[in-house]
Amino acid sequence: MKVTQISVFMENKNGRLAEITKLLASKKISLRAVTIADTADFGILRLIVKEPDRTRDVLLEAGFTARETDVLAVAMEDKPGALADVMELFEKNNVNIEYLYSILAGKGDKADIVFRVEDLERGQILLKQNGYNRPLDL
Amino acid sequence: MIWNAVRESEAPEKRRTRQLADLKDLVARLYNRVPFYKERFDAQGVKPSDIQSLEDIAKIPFTTKDDLRETYPYGLLASGEEEIVEVHTSSGTTGTPVVDAYTQNDMDIWAEVMARCLMMAGAERGDVIQNGYGYGLFTGGLGVHYGAHNIGCNIIPVGGGNTERQLQLMRDFESTVLTCTPSYSLYMTEVAKEMGLEMADLKLKSGIFGAEPWSDNMRREIEEKMYLTAYDIYGLTEIIGPGVSNECSEHNGLHINEDHFYPEIINPETGEVLPDGEKGELVFTTLTKTGTPILRYRTRDITWLERGECACGRNLVRMHRLLGRTDDMMIIRGVNVFPSQIENILMEIEETQPHYQIVIDRGQSHLDDVELRVEVEPQFFSDETKQLERISQKIATAMKNKLGVNLQIKLVEPKSIERSMGKAKRVIDKRTL
Repeated sequence: MKVTQISVFMENKNGRLAEITKLLASKKISLRAVTIADTADFGILRLIVKEPDRTRDVLLEAGFTARETDVLAVAMEDKPGALADVMELFEKNNVNIEYLYSILAGKGDKADIVFRVEDLERGQILLKQNGYNRPLDL
Repeated sequence: MIWNAVRESEAPEKRRTRQLADLKDLVARLYNRVPFYKERFDAQGVKPSDIQSLEDIAKIPFTTKDDLRETYPYGLLASGEEEIVEVHTSSGTTGTPVVDAYTQNDMDIWAEVMARCLMMAGAERGDVIQNGYGYGLFTGGLGVHYGAHNIGCNIIPVGGGNTERQLQLMRDFESTVLTCTPSYSLYMTEVAKEMGLEMADLKLKSGIFGAEPWSDNMRREIEEKMYLTAYDIYGLTEIIGPGVSNECSEHNGLHINEDHFYPEIINPETGEVLPDGEKGELVFTTLTKTGTPILRYRTRDITWLERGECACGRNLVRMHRLLGRTDDMMIIRGVNVFPSQIENILMEIEETQPHYQIVIDRGQSHLDDVELRVEVEPQFFSDETKQLERISQKIATAMKNKLGVNLQIKLVEPKSIERSMGKAKRVIDKRTL
């Protein structure tokens, strides 16, 4: 299913991440997924939260550079080969993946993975047609 | 309108005749009254009587900033101390300050040339001039102030800083002319945005920007964001402060008030005087001042001169917008680079802001490492690292192609580079040579 990811531009300097997490904590924003893509000079913090619009506004108001991006969150069986099946599906149908990461500790026997794909609509239809349609519990 | 058409549109031959008379008078005065100049002349074997034409000015030794520092505070005074009515000094951030001591005659000249400059930028009686240049020892604030009063404009002496109040004043008193540094004007637009103030709703028609180098691209950005026409003003404490030259409505160079400040362009290495149109270091002789007049002062500013009738009706010689400074020039791995070039290149790249900082360091390899810190436009921020790296790469390639040097590009957060209220700190040189 389609979810909204928040990404935040971070210069590589001391305390920047701590500032962001502190800010989010003070606004009682709970993180469902968090990951950082980093290069030598900067990092991009990516977050999945329950209220993306509010989170983005909180960050922008505090002077951070943040934006929303639609991504696909896929709930799958927590067993070997589950991710491989989804990857194969995407590969066969030429859905390019920009990056992926997992959602924090899912419940029961399900594992949740976030996919950033080039063609979101196509990816979404494909997942639905193949039974990956359990709603994500945020 | 032209403030003083008799002087600003005078027949060139007539002007030259007066310039020569003033030069002869000045040289005789300085030779007789200022030991510093007498020693210099004697050492070169030059006598005041050797000056028989304007071209003979080339026989006169140059005066440098170091000379001014060594004679601090009153070593170059050509009048009696009791004749001085006002003193200004440069900031002294790079050493002992330099002094400009004004007699009443000099104050009158200053008010005259500043009135000309303001009028070149469209100011007239009835205009409200919001003066964002600092008041005090810095010549910017008071120079504009005296010129505005001379015309009879209403001046709001707000000075630098206090940006929110600046904008409120601008709105409430319907300021029509803004004077401040170009980088500060762009900062104002950012603050206005945060305040929810539409620049388009203000009454500004002209902005007179100076005290730091800026480019035509920056001019376009300021004009677009501030809904005004931007004019370049030039001046320096050593000569009089602001009022040395200003752009007119034609925006084809800055008219130098040459009946008071005689310009030359020299080859900075050999000191040879260059013909009109050739680029070199700008040199000034203050023909008419009496407090601390100066002979052939080397400004370290690089530009060229152009003569002829201007469509604005003046024929005062024009200097091109500054290309850089002989001392601002960075030598990076043997290549001469001016900050203004970097600014111009950045302006061509839509994904970045014109806010930048250059940090030069000498790395372990003993080569110069130059880091160019550039702010990302928020709308171009992407969740993908490769998009941001593409922006970095685009900047690096443009710099390499146009400057011939490799710069390390560091993208930084919007608004993270310090905004200046006065002169922007563009270059941080950590090299210890």
